[in-house]
Formats: sequence, C-alpha cells, structure tokens
Amino acid sequence: MTTLIYDGSFEGLLTAVFEIYEHRLQHIKIEKGEWLATALFEDVIKVHTDERRAGRVLQGLQKRLSAGALQRLYAVHMAGMDGEDINIVGYIRYVIDSVQNVEEDYGNRYVLRVAEMVRMIRREKHRMEAFIRFQKLQDETFYSAIEPDFNILPLLGKHFKNRYTDQKWIIYDMRRNYGLFYNLHAVEFIALDFSTTRPDNVISTYTEDEGLYQNLWKNYFNSVNIPARKNTKLHMRHIPKRYWRFLTEKI
Amino acid sequence: MNEERITEKLNILADAAKYDVSCSSSGSKRKNDNNGLGNASNGICHTYTEDGRCVSLLKILLTNHCIFDCAYCVSRSSNDIKRAAFTVQEVVDLTINFYRRNYIEGLFLSSGIFKDADFTMERLVRVAKKLRTEHKFNGYIHLKSIPGASDELMREAGLYADRLSINLEIPTEAGLKLLAPEKNRQDMIKPMGFLNKEIIQRTEEKQLFKKAPIFAPAGQSTQMIIGATPETDHQVLYTSNYFYKNFNLKRVYYSGYVPVMNDNRLPALHTSVPMVRENRLYQADWLMRFYGFKVNEIVDQQNPHLDLDIDPKLSWSLRNLQVFPIDINTADLQLILRVPGVGLQSAQKIVSARKFGKLNWEHLKKIGVALNRAKYFITCSSVKFERRDLTGSAIKQYILAQSKSKYLKNSVTQLNLF
Repeated sequence: MTTLIYDGSFEGLLTAVFEIYEHRLQHIKIEKGEWLATALFEDVIKVHTDERRAGRVLQGLQKRLSAGALQRLYAVHMAGMDGEDINIVGYIRYVIDSVQNVEEDYGNRYVLRVAEMVRMIRREKHRMEAFIRFQKLQDETFYSAIEPDFNILPLLGKHFKNRYTDQKWIIYDMRRNYGLFYNLHAVEFIALDFSTTRPDNVISTYTEDEGLYQNLWKNYFNSVNIPARKNTKLHMRHIPKRYWRFLTEKI
Repeated sequence: MNEERITEKLNILADAAKYDVSCSSSGSKRKNDNNGLGNASNGICHTYTEDGRCVSLLKILLTNHCIFDCAYCVSRSSNDIKRAAFTVQEVVDLTINFYRRNYIEGLFLSSGIFKDADFTMERLVRVAKKLRTEHKFNGYIHLKSIPGASDELMREAGLYADRLSINLEIPTEAGLKLLAPEKNRQDMIKPMGFLNKEIIQRTEEKQLFKKAPIFAPAGQSTQMIIGATPETDHQVLYTSNYFYKNFNLKRVYYSGYVPVMNDNRLPALHTSVPMVRENRLYQADWLMRFYGFKVNEIVDQQNPHLDLDIDPKLSWSLRNLQVFPIDINTADLQLILRVPGVGLQSAQKIVSARKFGKLNWEHLKKIGVALNRAKYFITCSSVKFERRDLTGSAIKQYILAQSKSKYLKNSVTQLNLF
C-alpha cells in the first residue's frame, strides 16, 4: 500500500496518476494536504504538481472521453467530496486502461460511482438555483449567503448571470468563505473579510422595501398551503432542514 | 404601496388560486437577450408548501369577484367570502420584486370573471404586456385564458405568455353541466383549437424566419377536477388522451377534489381528498406520454378504474404476463420501459451499460432498478429467475407484502369513496 499526498488541485491529482503509472503502483491511498509526521512511517510519495505530467494524463483522458465527461470529472473533483479521490483515480485508471470509451459502462463500479457523484452535485447545484434568496442592499446589490454541502459555487455563475443581467448580485459561500460577485459586466470571485465586516453588518444595510417583500413572500407561502393535504414527510424531503436558515419563508 | 392592503389582497388572491394545480415553469425557451430581467428556460421549484407541492410561480387571481356560480369553486358568486382585486401595476410590482429575490420563476395569473370573458381577458393580457414591454421581463408567464375570450385577445396573449391554459374543470360534459350550469364545454374547447392552430403556424414561421416572434413557446395545458363527479378513470384518461392527440396539449393536470363547501351535488365536506387516485392518474398519464403506452392498455371497459394498491404499470404487467420474462441484456428499449420498477433513466442506463458486458442483478440494483418489482418480470446474466411459476395474483401478494406503501394508511378510506 502506497500513500500519495497531493496539493488538492486537479492538476495535482493528474500528476499523482502519472506517478502511479510511472512506479507501476497497484494498491494506493490518496490524500490531500501537507506531509504529515505520521506519514513518515508509511510508504509515502509526495506528489509535486507538474504541468507537463498532468498534461500527459489529461491528453490520455481527452483521447478516450467525450468533452462532456471530462468536464463532469473535473466538476466532481472540484466539488471536494470527502474520501472520493480514490474513486476518481480509479475512474481515471479504468478510462486510461481501456481501449474504447467507457464513460457509459455503468457495470463498472468507478464509472457508476462517478455518475452518482455527478448526480449529487447536479442536485445540489439545482437546489442552490432554487433556494438562493437575495436581499436587496442599499447600493442596489442583491446579496445571498449559502452553505452548500459541496463546492458548487463555480457552477452557479452562468445561471445567475443569464438570469440577473441587469442587477448586481453577490452569492457567498459561508462554509468555504468565498463568493461570486456580478458587477453588471462580469462575474468575479471575491472574499469578504467578516472579521471587520460581520455578516449581519453586511445585511443590515437593506433597502427600505426589503422587509415588505420578505413579509409578502412569507404570507404568500402560508396562503398557498392546503391544510387538508398536509404532508410533512414530502415537504421535508423536498427542502431538507439544513437549508431552512437561508430560506426567507422558513425563517 | 400600502403594506397592509397589499398584504391582505395577496393573502386573499393567493388563497383563492391555490386549488389550481398547474405549477410547471419548464418547456419554454425564452432567453434574456435584451439585457433585461430573467429567462424562462429552466423550470425550477423555488420552495415547497407544507402539503409538499412545488412553488415555482407567483400563482394568484387578478380578482376573486366572479359572475359565475360553479359548485366546486371557492370564488363562486354565491359564496360569502372576502373579495379583492389587484391593479395591473400591483401584479407587475409583485412579480418583478419576487423574481429579483429569486423567490419565483414567474407569474401564473388567473382570474374570476369580472363582467364578461373579454373584459377579464383583456386585463390579464395587459399585465403580461406591461411586464414584457415596459420591464423587459423574460421570466415565465402562464396565463389562464378565460373561456369564451375572443380570438384577437387569445392571439395577443400568446405573444406575451409562455403557456396558456383553459381548465376543463370536469372530465365530462355531463359533469360540467351538473356543477357549472353556466359554463359551456364548447367555450373551453374553441380557444384551445384556435391556439393549437396558431402555435403550429407560428412554429413553422419561426423555422423560416429566425426573427419571427415566439408564440406561447411552452404550449397549452389544462386541468380536471377528480372526484367531484362520479367519472371513472377510463373516462378521465380517454379525455386526456383526446386532448393530447387533438390539441397537442403539453400537460393535463389532475386535481383531487378538496371539499370546500356544502352542496348536495358534491362529496360531503369531511370527505378526504382522493390523493392516491390522483397519484395513479399522474402515473398513468406518464405511461402515455413517456413510456409508449396506449390509453386502452391502461384502462378499458373491463377495468375502468386504476388499481389503488399498485401502480398502473405493474397492473398492466400482471394482466399481460405472456409478454414476460424480458431479457434485460437483449430486449429493445421500448420493452424494457414496460418492466415494472424500471424508470426512464434506468432503462437508458441499462441499454448503454450492456454494450460493455452482460448485466446481472447486482448491476441492475446499482443502476437504480426497483428489483422488488422488476425481478418477477426479467431475466439477466444470472441463473436464478424469481418468478418461477407464480400467477399474477401471487406476484402481487409478494410485492405488496414486501413494500410498505406510503399511502397504505389512507387507502382504506379511499376505497370507500367510490
């Protein structure tokens, strides 16, 4: 068993794959981060991210995968699911070792697992497209805070840019502490320093009618309910509780 | 804006509109290519009510004043309730402000009949026109057309709305006569026919001239109330089938009747909402639209009602055991779609995956097939075949014994209803 430690980037992961082939490794573990002291006692390779090596693995993937499948693979890695790197590497190895394109070979456990992860990411991306609630600040920017399970913020930019072309907006990932800001021209990544500007300071600068529309929305939400059809289980399945504290109608 | 008054209006007019089950905001292709607000191409449910229904659009009535006295409707003229009416500008402001905060995908606007059909329809169209032309709003707009409105207004509505619908209300003409004597089935069907022709013609124009305006891009839908009158599922589904075939409807919605008033023509007030039946009708509807089933395979004279205890596909399979078992590794997609427990996505996955090797039970389970039902109807790359020599009723017993229906506790009262 060999443990590979890499820097967490996609290029780093591809470099790790290169090393697996170079050293003909069979049984591996893969971990993100720094070289830990305990790791010294194991069989450990520290992967130095290398553009040329990563590029060669990428070329191999491009030859055997459709552009869409490669994009999905990238998104799956970016999403940062715990303990899944080993499956992503398994998928890459299976693709490289196969003569034909195997992206639809759902009989293979790695292909199936990657497909499952894609589904989980899509679901959360879709949920964020649905559950983001903007609050209008005094400078006419619409602000929203979220805490998604996976790192899907980069996947949201296009959707909201197409939708809200004529308003400035911020979507902020509180868990990963970075956000998207659309300035009426382009979407950029931002980091807010909450040590000086606390979250509640940011949103204390509401416009006057923000409270009105929040109340109207809460009222509307209650008015459309049909008590005779109450179905709490279904309700909870559709909007899991962990999202509630960001939903105007559930606060 | 007077906060108190607008809140009251919204409460009254959202409450009155909630029995309309149409919720879809998909199927359109309106893009934000005028640097305006919104796009209608996604179909997103932004929240869910406590009864579990999707909230995608701001669904309101323009007014609940109504000259009609339909027995099933809360807004009927003889009902003693608070009445209200929005101004055109109020609806526009609510829509824009809700949309900017990402609460909704757009507007679903219906109305009681103020004075006559055209007078009311003209106001609905004016809201849509104002949103589109003055506010560059590209979100979804669903207008409920008023039966009897003129062709000219219907055409204008199609230019601004993504979807138009007219509620059939009751599945049969006789039922409608009983509960809504002032309403006329022909008044409902005529504008549907007009719109259908118009949509076909505009789609052809669009193919020739890229700049031709889009016209009701998400098409037409309708809704029927189920359980207020004694129609069979056979009658309900044949009506749906007729409208899908002849009017190219995108959706037919089924609305289990919620008793809202005492009327000896209607089920009593304490009667429970026929939720299971409604669910089975939707399943049957799906079978017709996506799974290649003909309506006469789902219900016929001998079986005029859908089974309440099992889904309609399983029910068909048990009546047609001679078709099975199907070999998952060789059968056509169309046939695999007919296996109980296999959905659209898993059927497609099966067809993709088997190119790489034979599939066995384990693979099928991972792909997402509901084996508790499917295993009696298929063979795969595995020696054991679960059905053995079981009869249809034995298979049904096995399946029911294994599965805990989420509706089981309701189903006893459900059965007593009919």
